[in-house]
Amino acid sequence: MTAAGLRSAYGAEVERALAKYPPERAASAAIELLYLAQVAYGHLTAEAIEEVAEVLHLDPTHVRGLAGFYSLLRERPHGGYVIHVCTDLPCALRGAEELLERLCERLGIRPGQTTADGLFTVEAVMCLAACDRAPLMQVNLEYHYDLDDAALDAILADLRRAAAGAGRRPPFGWGPPSDPVPGGVEDLSA
Amino acid sequence: MPERFVVLRHRELGDLSSLRAYRAAGGYEQLQRAVSTMKPAEVTAVVRASGLRGRGGAGFPTGAKWAFVPDDAGPRYVVVNNDESEPGTFKDHEITLANPHQMLEGAALAAYAVGAETVYVYCRGEFWHEMARLQRAVDDARRAGLLGADLWGRGVRIDVHVVAGAGAYICGEETALLSSLEGDLGQPRLKPPFPTVTGLFGRPTVVNNVETLANVPPIVAHGADWYRSLGTSGSPGTKVFSVSGHVERPGNYELPLGVPFRELLELAGGVWRGRALKAVLPSGASAPAIPAAAVMDLRLDWESVAERGSLLGSASLIVLDETVNMAWVAAMTTRFFEHESCGKCSPCREGTFWLDAVYRRLIGGRARPGDRALLGAIIGQMDGACFCPLGEFAQCVPRSSLADFGQDYDALEAGAGGRPAGGRP
Repeated sequence: MTAAGLRSAYGAEVERALAKYPPERAASAAIELLYLAQVAYGHLTAEAIEEVAEVLHLDPTHVRGLAGFYSLLRERPHGGYVIHVCTDLPCALRGAEELLERLCERLGIRPGQTTADGLFTVEAVMCLAACDRAPLMQVNLEYHYDLDDAALDAILADLRRAAAGAGRRPPFGWGPPSDPVPGGVEDLSA
Repeated sequence: MPERFVVLRHRELGDLSSLRAYRAAGGYEQLQRAVSTMKPAEVTAVVRASGLRGRGGAGFPTGAKWAFVPDDAGPRYVVVNNDESEPGTFKDHEITLANPHQMLEGAALAAYAVGAETVYVYCRGEFWHEMARLQRAVDDARRAGLLGADLWGRGVRIDVHVVAGAGAYICGEETALLSSLEGDLGQPRLKPPFPTVTGLFGRPTVVNNVETLANVPPIVAHGADWYRSLGTSGSPGTKVFSVSGHVERPGNYELPLGVPFRELLELAGGVWRGRALKAVLPSGASAPAIPAAAVMDLRLDWESVAERGSLLGSASLIVLDETVNMAWVAAMTTRFFEHESCGKCSPCREGTFWLDAVYRRLIGGRARPGDRALLGAIIGQMDGACFCPLGEFAQCVPRSSLADFGQDYDALEAGAGGRPAGGRP
């Protein structure tokens, strides 16, 4: 990756993020730029941190501190699909720990690990604000609800197919967001 | 008591996430009426008279908060707290997906009332794809002339920006949220000064929860008396109750405040699998557990739950059946707070760490003599010593489980496993 990985990959997104704040408050865009940088660089490498700091005129040490503080900012490499299983109390009351065990069994890894092919990382996480649909997980921050063994296996098969179809591994990190219900919102500009 | 939809109007009217559907239901008419015919102070006055209290957990009077914003020159801000992260809370998630414009109209009304030109909607990072829908709603409203510059030709400007957090429960605390929004670590700040005087970028800032703001357009539409006809005198209006855990039908239920727990439990299908109720956590991980015998007839409003020695908070009720060991429940809430402690103050950082260490050995079958007294001692050292509410909330479930469910600790010390029967429904 070049020294300008963030700006070369996401120049327009960086400008949009900065435009949300008064010019002298550019530091406010730090988290948004770190999200973009971890996609551009794969994870928050020293170069990624340096570039975000440079764009925002911040001390790289401060930016590194942010990366360490927030759990969705990734300082280490991860699989193409990061799977977050909520095992907090409300989910645990409805089988979340069993779901996590089953998922790890299927992938042959333990929580916190990445599969040897680099496709999946599994992590147990705190509450995901969807306790009525437990047990549940997020795959690259996309929700999958009410999971039983069959649903879990179907999701893993779909992900493997998608990755094979894309012809590259990992297929993607946390890219720019897309609407969770495509077509669910009408365009009223007309 | 039947459900009454003031916030979850999509349950009656169908999906309101599109601007077309929301406008067909009268959407943005209150904003137009306010901007065109009302003074900002009149908007604050009606919200104040309605008795609306903050739905994020603190229950602070919303109109009073708006009125604290000083009438000086210079920018001020409205910040929408959509960092919904309390275990057991999933109401703002539903509003964001199914009725986002009502919250945006409420935020715009708040901005008009306090003279803010900029609104930031701070969403937890895990709402990544939900944020795209919210951004679409903002874009649609702006293109339709309902947000943006010179609204209805009155020279009023209200810009809305959707902003992502990145995974930190503490950012639901309003001053930590503002620190995060300024590009800093999400750690709380000393109060006073309160954000309404010195908030975002050092300027007056109103921070309101998603559900709170979604109440505002109906209040402006129907008036304070109508709103006060719902709920109790101290806790007016409806509340979205998030019910999770061991019930047949977990979900959000919107009911007038003051509804007895018994009726909410019935709506949620009762305790699952025909089992008996053991206890309820009325505000996620952040309130003392209430034993079954005391909860069935308890009225769910802020005063009544406080009188019972607990907290209604954000009204996220975690229902626990008879198979659950309450020491295990305390271990689970402790694990949460240990993970989410921001590290700023040592009573919380160290206290949650040591509580977690003791609970792990308790539920791991490695209890030591005196562990219960040790838990009590740690709680005693945290009590009143933490910088912000997180460290105080962390004590609630451990303390109440020690006081009311000592036999569950006996069972663990005797070597019984602590996990509930659990399993998938």
